[in-house]
Amino acid sequence: MTDASPQDFKESASRALANAKLQRALTNVKRGFIVKRAKAKDKLPEFDQLRVEARAIKDHTLSHLDLYLEAYERKVVESGGHVHFAPTATDARDIVLKICRNAVARLVTKGKSMVSEEIGLNAHLEAAGIEVAETDLGEHIIQIRGEAPSHIIAPVIHLNKEEIAEDFVRFHRGLPSDRKLSTVPELVAEARAVLREKFIAADVGITGANLLIAETGSSVIVTNEGNGDLTQTLPKVHIVVASIEKIVPTLEDACTILRLLARSATGQDITTYTTFSTGPARAGDLNGPRDYHVVLLDNGRSEMLGGDFRAMLRCIRCGACLNHCPVYGTIGGHAYGSLYPGPMGAVLTPALYGIEHARDLPNASSFCGRCEEVCPMSIPLPSLMRKWRERDFELGDPPLSHRLALRLWALAATRPKLYRVLSGGIAKLLATLAGDGGLLTVLPFAGAWTDTRDLPAPQGKTFHALYREWTRSEQP
Amino acid sequence: MTASDQARRAVLSRIRGALNVSGHERGRKQAVTGRLSRHPRGTIPARARGDRETLIETMTAMLQSQGAEITRVGMPEDAIRVIAEDLSAHGLPPDLRLGADPVLLALPWSTAPGLRLRIGRAEPQDRAGLSRAVTAAAETGTMVLTSGADNPTTLAFLPEAHFILVRASDVMGSYEETFDRLRGTYGEGRLPRMVNLISGPSRTADIEQTIIRGAHGPKRLHVLIVG
Repeated sequence: MTDASPQDFKESASRALANAKLQRALTNVKRGFIVKRAKAKDKLPEFDQLRVEARAIKDHTLSHLDLYLEAYERKVVESGGHVHFAPTATDARDIVLKICRNAVARLVTKGKSMVSEEIGLNAHLEAAGIEVAETDLGEHIIQIRGEAPSHIIAPVIHLNKEEIAEDFVRFHRGLPSDRKLSTVPELVAEARAVLREKFIAADVGITGANLLIAETGSSVIVTNEGNGDLTQTLPKVHIVVASIEKIVPTLEDACTILRLLARSATGQDITTYTTFSTGPARAGDLNGPRDYHVVLLDNGRSEMLGGDFRAMLRCIRCGACLNHCPVYGTIGGHAYGSLYPGPMGAVLTPALYGIEHARDLPNASSFCGRCEEVCPMSIPLPSLMRKWRERDFELGDPPLSHRLALRLWALAATRPKLYRVLSGGIAKLLATLAGDGGLLTVLPFAGAWTDTRDLPAPQGKTFHALYREWTRSEQP
Repeated sequence: MTASDQARRAVLSRIRGALNVSGHERGRKQAVTGRLSRHPRGTIPARARGDRETLIETMTAMLQSQGAEITRVGMPEDAIRVIAEDLSAHGLPPDLRLGADPVLLALPWSTAPGLRLRIGRAEPQDRAGLSRAVTAAAETGTMVLTSGADNPTTLAFLPEAHFILVRASDVMGSYEETFDRLRGTYGEGRLPRMVNLISGPSRTADIEQTIIRGAHGPKRLHVLIVG
C-alpha cells in the first residue's frame, strides 16, 4: 500500500498541485495516452460494437461466476496445475509464501501485478527472508524508490528521467558512479542488464493475469517488455495471482476483450506480447516451470457481486478512465492514497476497504463523464461514485458547513418562488461581478476553488427565465 | 476438510449467496457448458478478412508499424540467406539457436555454410534465435508461437535478435482463426504450456512515455514469410 491513505486525500491533493516536478511529469499522460487511444479507436470501426459484446461477455460470466470458476479449476488441474482459493488478502499472501517455502526459494521474480500489490505480497515475502525482484521496468523503479505505483498500467508516470537516474545511481551497486545515465535508452539498457541476472537466478516467478480462460484453464498476461514471459518461463515454479473476476468463458471471449484492452490502455492495436500459459511444462518441453499454481483472490469481490457495484467487476484495468480524468491528470495517482487511483479507484477502493476509509475519493470528481465514455467495459463510473456519495451521507456525520449549506439549499429548492427570486438575483450579481471577461477570479467562501482556476460566471439569466422565454417564442 | 477446501467452499458459497443461486440450477449449468463447448465468436474486424495476399499485406503493414522488420521470400534458401545477411549487417556472430521444428530443420541449411546452428533451448549467452510461428493473425501482425521441443519459449525472449519464420499458407486473418488451428492440433479445450502471441520487438514506454526497443526481450524482431 501507499504511505498516504485515502483519508489524507485533501492534503495530498494540495501537495500534488504544488509539486512542480509532478506537474511536469503529468503532462505525459495527455501527450501520450489520450491521443494514442483516440487514434487506435478510429482505426478500428468495430470498436464500439466490440464494447457492447465485451460488456455482455462479462455480465454473462459474472452471473455464472461460480460455475465458470469450477470449470476453470477443472481445466487447470487437468493440465497439471493447482488452484488455491483465497477469501482474503492475508490468505492469498500466506498461500504464496507457503509455495515459495516449499520450493526453498531465495529469489522470486515478479511480473507486473496489481493484485499482488493489493495483497501486500512483496513485504510479506521479504519479511520471510525471500528476495523479491520486480521485473517490469516501471515496477522496478517503484520498488527501488520504496513507492507505490501511481498509475495502474504506467507505474512511474509521475517521475521524470532525471529522478530515475538518481535512483539508479543509488540502488544499482557495483557500477561506476560517474556513468552516463542522462537519456532514456541508457536507463533502459542498465535496467535490462541488472534484471537479466535476476531472471536467470530466480527460483519462483510470480505473475498476475489480465484474463483467466475457463475453456482451457489458461492465464493470460499482456506486456510490452517481455519481462512477464521471462518471469514465468525460467524459474522452476510459476505462481499466478489473480482476482476471481478476471475469468472469461472461452478463447473467443478473450479475443474480443483483447481487441479492446491495449487500444484503450496505451493506444496500441495489441501489446507486443500476449501470452497464454496453461499448466506446468509438458513432457518434452525444454523450458517452463515444473509447478504451476493459481491463487484466486476474492477479497471483497463476492460482496460486490451481490450489490450495487457489480458493474465494477467488469473492469479490465486498462487505465483509460485515469488517463481521461481531469482530476487524475491534475493531481496524479499518489494523492488518492489508494493503490487504485482515478475514477475506477474511487469506486473500487471503498468497495475493498470500506467507504469510511475513502470518503473523499467518490467526491474527487467533476462528474464530467469522460471516464464512462472511454471505458471499454461501459462501467457507469459516475453513477457508481454517486452511489458511494449516498452511502457516505447515510453514514452520517457530514461536516457542519455541509449540513448548513444543504439545509439552506433545501429551504430554497422546496419553495419555487423563493428559488426563482434568489437564483435570478445571484445570477445577475455574479454576472455583474465578473464583468466583460465572464470569469470570476475571486469568490467569497470558495477561495480554495478560485485559487487554482477561474469560475465561468452565469450570463445573467437563469435557466428558468430562459426556458420561459423559449416556450413563449415557440408557442404562437 | 482441509483449510484449502474450506477456503474454496467459502469463496464459492459467498458467490452463490451474492447471486442468490445454489449452483445446481440446470439452466445455468447448460448455459455454461453450452458456451464452453460451442465457444461462439464475437465480431471479427473487417481488416481480418480478405484473400491471403491481402492478409499478408495487412500483416506486413502492422508488423512494420510495431517496429518489426519483415521480409517475404519465395524459396526456403532465401530465408536462410536473409538471416545470415541480417546477422552480419548487425555485427552479430553467425550463430543461430533454434528448436527441433521439422519445418525449420528441413530448410536447406547447407546453402549457408558459414552459419552455425545450435539446436535446443536458448541460453543466456545466445545472441540470435529462430522460431517458427505455427500460424499468424494478420489483423495485428501477430505471430503465434507454441511451446515444446520444436520451438522452446526462451528462443523468443533471451536472444537480442529474434527471427520468426512463418509459411504464407499458415497466415490467417483473425485471432479466432489461429485458435481454431490450435484446437485442431491440441484438441478442444487444450493448449500447450505456452502460447505466445508476438507482434513486435520487446519495448517499454515506462519512462516519460518514450518508446525504447529491447526492454527485456529481443531488441529486434525479423519476420520471414516463406512462400
